Amino acid sequence: MMPELGHYALVLALALGIVQAVAPLLGALQRDTALMRLGTSTAVMQFVFVGASFAALTVCYVTSDFSVVNVFENSHSAMPLIYKFTSVWGNHEGSMLLWVLILAMFGASVAAFGGNLPATLKANVLAVQSWIACTFYLFILLTSNPFLRVAQPPFEGRDLNPILQDIGLAVHPPLLYLGYVGFSISFSFAIAALIEGRIDAAWARWVRPWTLAAWMFLTVGIAMGSYWAYYELGWGGYWFWDPVENASLMPWIAGTALLHSAVVMEKRNALKIWTVLLAILAFSLSLIGTFLVRSGVLTSVHTFASDPSRGVFILMILIFFIGGGLALFAWRAPLLKQGGLFSPVSREGALVFNNLFLTTACLTVFVGTLYPLALEAVTGEKISVGAPFFNLTFGPLFIPLLLAMPFGPLLAWKRGDILGVAQRLMAAFAIGLVAIAVSFALMGVSSVLAPFGIGLAFYVMAGSLVDLVERSGLFRMPFATVRARTAGLPRSVWGTAVAHFGMAVTLLGIVCATTWGEERIVALKQGQSVSLSGYELSFDGMTQRTGPNFRELAAKFTARSGGVAIGVMEPSKRSFSARNSSTSEAALLTRGFSQLYLSLGDVNEDGSVAVRLYHKPLVLLIWLGSLVMALGGALSLSDRRLRVGAPKPAKKSVSKPSTLQPAE
Amino acid sequence: MRIAAVLALLATLLLPQSGFAVTPDEILKDPVLEQRARVLSQELRCMVCQNQSIDDSDAPLAKDLRMLVRERLVKGDSDKQVLDYLVSRYGAFVLLKPPLEISTLLLWGLPPLALLAGIVTLLAMARRRKAVVLDTPALSSDEQRRMRKLAE
Repeated sequence: MMPELGHYALVLALALGIVQAVAPLLGALQRDTALMRLGTSTAVMQFVFVGASFAALTVCYVTSDFSVVNVFENSHSAMPLIYKFTSVWGNHEGSMLLWVLILAMFGASVAAFGGNLPATLKANVLAVQSWIACTFYLFILLTSNPFLRVAQPPFEGRDLNPILQDIGLAVHPPLLYLGYVGFSISFSFAIAALIEGRIDAAWARWVRPWTLAAWMFLTVGIAMGSYWAYYELGWGGYWFWDPVENASLMPWIAGTALLHSAVVMEKRNALKIWTVLLAILAFSLSLIGTFLVRSGVLTSVHTFASDPSRGVFILMILIFFIGGGLALFAWRAPLLKQGGLFSPVSREGALVFNNLFLTTACLTVFVGTLYPLALEAVTGEKISVGAPFFNLTFGPLFIPLLLAMPFGPLLAWKRGDILGVAQRLMAAFAIGLVAIAVSFALMGVSSVLAPFGIGLAFYVMAGSLVDLVERSGLFRMPFATVRARTAGLPRSVWGTAVAHFGMAVTLLGIVCATTWGEERIVALKQGQSVSLSGYELSFDGMTQRTGPNFRELAAKFTARSGGVAIGVMEPSKRSFSARNSSTSEAALLTRGFSQLYLSLGDVNEDGSVAVRLYHKPLVLLIWLGSLVMALGGALSLSDRRLRVGAPKPAKKSVSKPSTLQPAE
Repeated sequence: MRIAAVLALLATLLLPQSGFAVTPDEILKDPVLEQRARVLSQELRCMVCQNQSIDDSDAPLAKDLRMLVRERLVKGDSDKQVLDYLVSRYGAFVLLKPPLEISTLLLWGLPPLALLAGIVTLLAMARRRKAVVLDTPALSSDEQRRMRKLAE
């Protein structure tokens, strides 16, 4: 019964979606308030029905209803409860259902909180949002139905892929999708603006909170995915330039560019056409990511050709939205008027600089990811594009970006004084130089690039704080004044500083972990020990253990630093009988921001066991920095002018025309 | 994120296995040669895996290739000779950083070209805007007099 209800709810959501795709649009065209308002209620009800559908699938999983093919293939009755929940999206069909659930959630949020939007804009946004939703409902219903049943239900399921039986599956995909799908709102706003042929600074202010929210989720989602891969895959890598990773990185870069160009549009009414284009591109890249991951095209072009139903369907969705969006853009964008003028050296100029390099970086990832596929499809020639390519091409683009980062927020709008700003950044330059000198002194001249990376990171960290320090009067004024001024600073100023600071923290983590990380690969017998980077690990012995749906062989190690025991590390190998597969669970020992990382290899005939031990200095900064970046986004999101439903000071609401009200 | 790759590949047999790439028995006695082998391994693709280098992969083929790289290094090959040898045997597919050829011209050329085009466009736009500002006719003497009056 439950699967049928879930299936039915999804069909009803599609029906509502079709109404929402047409009615508000007609309403906006004919200025029919009733038709326009229809979008609001259908959006909320779509969310309710997709939610019901998702809940139904969840119930099937939690109750281990193996008559549902999807549950049979991806679950096991002995699995811990949390993995029964998470395996709902640990497979193609379920993850698409999560995708549309989040899409419907964003649509309902615009409907619920978009009270301040002009009626026609809101109606058009909801209609466009529903076009996207409808195509994906159809995709699920026609090619990826998670509610299919078998006539003879098996007694036991095939279990979830052991690599996915981890808390990471609970965190990473939902966050990632919140980011990916969140950009659909920016897209819908852009398309709605093009349909109306009118766009102004207020539009940028309405789009900004949605873009910021999506960007934050995507930032944390990517970071959590990276940390998950780091501890789960057993060789301590955190970024592999895998096409699937690139698929999430591209919307992130485009979204970052969009956030910055939307600032120019909001404050100075300039870069309008570009901002609209970026909004279209950010979501297009999300769609391309979905296509890459979901169509099987990555495995090889041939697998894609042999079972094309899903891939071709998503490809059609892609062509419709990206092609349609860009065509509409080409047709309507000339209607949009040019905004305010600015000199190349100005805050606007700095943000254009940011956009130029971010867009190029995004294009580099795009070309590197899709080139092998395109080349194979066209000429049949097979090439590989991997980490060495991206490190060489993508890395250098971030150097000018990072160098310019502290300058941007300090430059004045319209016409800036670059020498003046350089003077204000003197302290930051000095800190950067000291960091370079100290790194050289400590580490010698063996690696030349690393000290410069560290110097760059410290310069950006210090430079990000200059604006805060100057505006709060720190070091210049009495403490009470500083406190009052600090509290009075706009949250968006904090947001900028914190997000930029976070970027530098991530950079510091990457440079340190890559340059000074050490590794030992040895075979050890019980009682023997291995030392690395001043730590000593002794192998105390092996034990067999039984988990809920696996057996594991765990090795016990005692870690010592300077002869003092600092902890026990227990890496293990788990074997899952249902799938007849095994995973290697690394053991991590955290010291400050650094980690010792130990993973287990094969057990040899002589009783020795192969181990791989890493010391990863400051590695945690990589993910911590990403969290700080997202925190910056959150601070910016809480800025008074964007805050949802914030009370507006009376004098401001009188002095401003109604079109400049914050978004709700 | 590699996990997402697993998600994508659930239906296929090419599951990237978590685990253990370089094993203790492979490691060369000479630390300098071993270091070179590791660096080379990161440039070479495990051809039965999804975009994994042979340094990261625990597939049997990756192990064979790692042994092969070490064998050649011990025989005194230079890094380039090792790579050339592998390319002659397996084709350019084995290199994770494709060489610059006619077929990869766009791959290497597009990003710098795009950056260049962006810079040129921006400069042209800045110049055009400047021209617009300069072209704006100056105030006539009558207008200037009126403005001074207003300013007073």
